[in-house]
Amino acid sequence: MSVTAERQLRLPKENYLTNNYGIKSWLLTGDHKRIALLYLASITFFFFIGGFFATVIRLELLTPRGDLVQASTYNKLFTMHGIIMVFFFLIPGIPAVLGNFLVPLMVGARDLAFPRLNLASWYIFTIGGLFVMYSVLSGGIDTGWTFYTPYSSQFSKSSVAAAVVGIFITGFSSILTGLNFIVTIHTMRAPGLTWFRLPLFIWSTYATSMIFILGTPVLAITLAMVALERLAHFGIFDPTYGGDPLLFQHLFWFYSHPAVYIMVLPAMGVVSELVATFSRHRVFGYKFVAFSSVAIAVLGFLVWGHHMFVAGMSVYASLLFSFLSYFVAIPSAVKVFNWTATLYKGSVSYDTPMLYALGFIGLFVIGGMTGLFVAALGVDIHVTDTYFVVAHFHYIMVGGTVMAYLGGIHYWWPKITGRLYPEGWARLSALIIFVGFNLTFFPQFMLGYLGMPRRYYEYPPEYQVLNVFSTAGASILAVGYVLPLIYLLWSMRYGPIAGPNPWPSTGLEWQTTSPPPTDNFKVMPVVTEDPYQFKPEVAQIG
Amino acid sequence: MAETDTLTTSHSVALVHQFDDPQQQRQAGELGMWVFLATEVLFFGGLFAAYTVYRLAYPDVFAAASNELDVRLGFVNTLVLICSSFTMATAVYNAQKGNRKFLIVFLCGTVILGLVFLGIKAVEYAQKFEHHLVPGLHFRMEGADQSKAQLFFSLYFAMTGLHALHMIIGAGMIFVLILMARKGRFSTQYHTPVEVGGLYWHFVDIIWIFLFPLLYLLGRSTAGH
Amino acid sequence: MSEKIVSIKTYAIIFISLVVLTVVTYRVALIDLGVLNIVVALTIAATKATLVALFFMNVRWSPRLTQLVIAASLFWLFILLALTLADYLGRGQGWTHGLRYPAIP
Repeated sequence: MSVTAERQLRLPKENYLTNNYGIKSWLLTGDHKRIALLYLASITFFFFIGGFFATVIRLELLTPRGDLVQASTYNKLFTMHGIIMVFFFLIPGIPAVLGNFLVPLMVGARDLAFPRLNLASWYIFTIGGLFVMYSVLSGGIDTGWTFYTPYSSQFSKSSVAAAVVGIFITGFSSILTGLNFIVTIHTMRAPGLTWFRLPLFIWSTYATSMIFILGTPVLAITLAMVALERLAHFGIFDPTYGGDPLLFQHLFWFYSHPAVYIMVLPAMGVVSELVATFSRHRVFGYKFVAFSSVAIAVLGFLVWGHHMFVAGMSVYASLLFSFLSYFVAIPSAVKVFNWTATLYKGSVSYDTPMLYALGFIGLFVIGGMTGLFVAALGVDIHVTDTYFVVAHFHYIMVGGTVMAYLGGIHYWWPKITGRLYPEGWARLSALIIFVGFNLTFFPQFMLGYLGMPRRYYEYPPEYQVLNVFSTAGASILAVGYVLPLIYLLWSMRYGPIAGPNPWPSTGLEWQTTSPPPTDNFKVMPVVTEDPYQFKPEVAQIG
Repeated sequence: MAETDTLTTSHSVALVHQFDDPQQQRQAGELGMWVFLATEVLFFGGLFAAYTVYRLAYPDVFAAASNELDVRLGFVNTLVLICSSFTMATAVYNAQKGNRKFLIVFLCGTVILGLVFLGIKAVEYAQKFEHHLVPGLHFRMEGADQSKAQLFFSLYFAMTGLHALHMIIGAGMIFVLILMARKGRFSTQYHTPVEVGGLYWHFVDIIWIFLFPLLYLLGRSTAGH
Repeated sequence: MSEKIVSIKTYAIIFISLVVLTVVTYRVALIDLGVLNIVVALTIAATKATLVALFFMNVRWSPRLTQLVIAASLFWLFILLALTLADYLGRGQGWTHGLRYPAIP
C-alpha cells in the first residue's frame, strides 16, 4: 500500500458526492453512483433486520424445548428471515450496489442507458420493502419464504397478501435493473472495448441480468396468482376446484432456483476481480470464465424440480431434474479451477478483499459440493427438509455471496468514497466472520445428516451440543458484521485519502478519480488492450 | 448533475447526456423495449403454463366452459385489435416520414380501437357477472363439473384481465404519444418513442392472438356456433 | 439514419392476411377435427403472431440481437412448459387418458 504517496493526495474538488447538496439531489438523482448508495443504505437496513430474525432463531435453538417463542411465532421468524434476506438483501445486493456503481465505469460510459428507470427501480424496491415491513409489523407471515400452497393461498391467517404484493413490486425493481444493465453493456461500451476485453464482473453482471429478465416475471405472476386465490378465491392451486398445489411449486421454483444464481453469479464476478488484482495476474482462462457465467445462467433454468423431489412430482421428472442438476455444477467448478490457476505463481497479497475472496473460494466449494449431494435423488430423500439443506445453502449464500459482497465493498470502497478503510480492523473482521461462519454452519451439516428437521423450534436433546456450537458461531458472526458497519462509516470521514488507484489495479474504473466526477470520466476512455494487464512497474508501487 | 432528459434544441433530436449520439440512443431505446417485451412473454407465460396443465387435465370441462363465452364478441375483438395494429403501424410510418398530422390521426385511431376493445370486454365481463360465471361470486354453470369449470373461469379472468390491464396502459401510453406529437416533438430524425410504443402495442395484440383460440375456440365444434 | 421504412402497401397486405386468418381459425373451430383442432388453431395463431412480429414490429429488418432476444424469450417459455409437463405427463397414464393427479379423483 502506498502510505507515503497518499499523504500528498487530495479528494478531487468536483466529484459525484460534492457537486450537489440537499436531500432532493439524492432522492431525484439520475446518477448511477448515487443510486448505488441509496441501494447500499436500504440493503444494509434490510440485512440487519433479517439478521435480527436470525438472532432470535438461534437463541431459540439453544435449547431443545421451545421455550423462547411459541411455535407459531417461530414459523414467522424463519419466514421473515428468509423473505428479507433473499428478496431484499441477496438478490438485489451485489447487482444494485456494486453493479449500479461499476457498470458504467467499467464499460467507459457516463451513466447507465436509462437513469430514470434506475432511480425508479430504487423507489420500487423501497415500496416493495415497505409492503413487506407492513406485513412483518402487522403480525408477520408464517408460510415459509417459499409460500407453498395451499397453506399460503388458503389457510394461513397471517399477512400473506401484503407480503406477496411487496415481493411482486420489488420484482420489478430487479427487472428494470437487469434491463438497464443489458442495454448498457450492449450499446454503450467505450471504443475498443470488445466483449472479450470486458472485465469478468461485467460478464457475470450480464449473465445475472439474463436471469432477472427471464425468471423474475414468472415469480411475479405466480405470487399474483396466490394473491388472487387469497383475495378473490380464484382456485388455481386449490384441489377442491381441480387445481394442483404442486403447480405453484413448479412456477415458484422456475424463478427461485435461477434466483440463487442471481445471488452467486455477481459474487463470482467480484471474486474474479479480486483474485486478479491481489495476485497481480490476469485471470487464467478468461474466456472459460466468461462463458461459464452465461452457462450457469442458462443451465440454472433447467433444474428447478430438484426442490420438489419429495413433493409428489412424477419419478420421471425427478430423474430428469436430478440428471440436469449435475451439469450446472460444471461451469461453477471451471471457475474455481480458473481462480486457483490465477493464484498459482501470482504475486499474492492478503489485503482484506483478498481474504474475503479466498474465503469465498473455499466456502463456495463446500457449499457447491454439498449441492451435488442433495442433487442425488437417494441422498435427498434422506436430507431434504433437514439442516443439511440449510447448511448447504447458507454456505453458498453467506459463505459465498455475503463474503464476496463484503470483499467487493472493501475493494471498491476507495473508489466510492475516495478514502481507505482501516486495514487492521478490516482484516480482523474478515477473520472473525470466517471463524463465526464456519462455527455456525458446519455443525448444521452434521445436524441435518443426523436427521434434525428444518423449520422446527424444538428438537430432541441429543442435538443440543451441535446447536449450541451453531448459536455460538452466530454470535461471533454478528460481531464480524457489525464491525465493518462501524469502521466503514468512520472511514468516510477520517479514512486516509485513497487516490485514483490505491491497490493498484487495472480496469477503467481505476483510470478516473476517487470519487469519480458525475460523468465518470473527464475524457471518455478508449480501450486498446486486454483486461488484467498487470505490469511489473505497477507491482513495485505497492 | 442529476440530469436525465433535456431537450437540446440545437439538434431536433432530444439527445440525452448519457448517450454519445442519436444512433446509440435509438438503439438503446429499441433494445430496451425488446428486453422488456421478453419479460412480458414470461409474465403471461406463467398463466399460459397453468392453462396448459389444466387444459390437458380437464379437456371436456374446459371445452364446455369455453362454450359459455361469447365467441362473436371475442371474434370481433380480435378483428378490432388487428385493425389497431394496422393503424399503429401506419402511425409509425407517418412518424418516420415526418407527417405530423397523419401521425396524430392514426395514433388517435389506434387509441379509439383500443377503447372499443376494452368496451366490448366490459360488456363480456358484465355478461359473466349476470350469468354467475365469476369464480367466488355464486358461481354456477349449467351441466358441467362446477369445480373444474370454475378453474377455467379463474384462468379466463386472470388472462383476459391481465391483457386488458396491458391494453389500458398501452392506451395511456399512446395518449401521451399523441400529446407529444401535437407539441411537435417528433420528426424524421427523432421518433423513437412512437416506434417503441408501437412495439408494445403490437405485442399486446399478439397476446390476444393466442388468447382468442385458447379461451374461445376450445369446444366450438360441439357448441355449433 | 439506417432505418427501414416499410410501405403502407406492405402493411395493408399483412393486415388483410391477418383478417383472413382470423376468419379461417374461427370457421375451422366449428368443424370437429378431434385433436387436430388445437394444432390448427395454434398454428394459425403462431402464423398471425409471426406476421405481426416480422412486419408490423419490423423484426424482418431488425438487428440480430433483437431476433436473439425474441428467440430467447420463446425458448425460455418452452423450457417452462416442457419441464413442467415432464412432471404432469409422467404422473398418470400419459397422453391418451389425460392427466391424473394421484390424490384427486
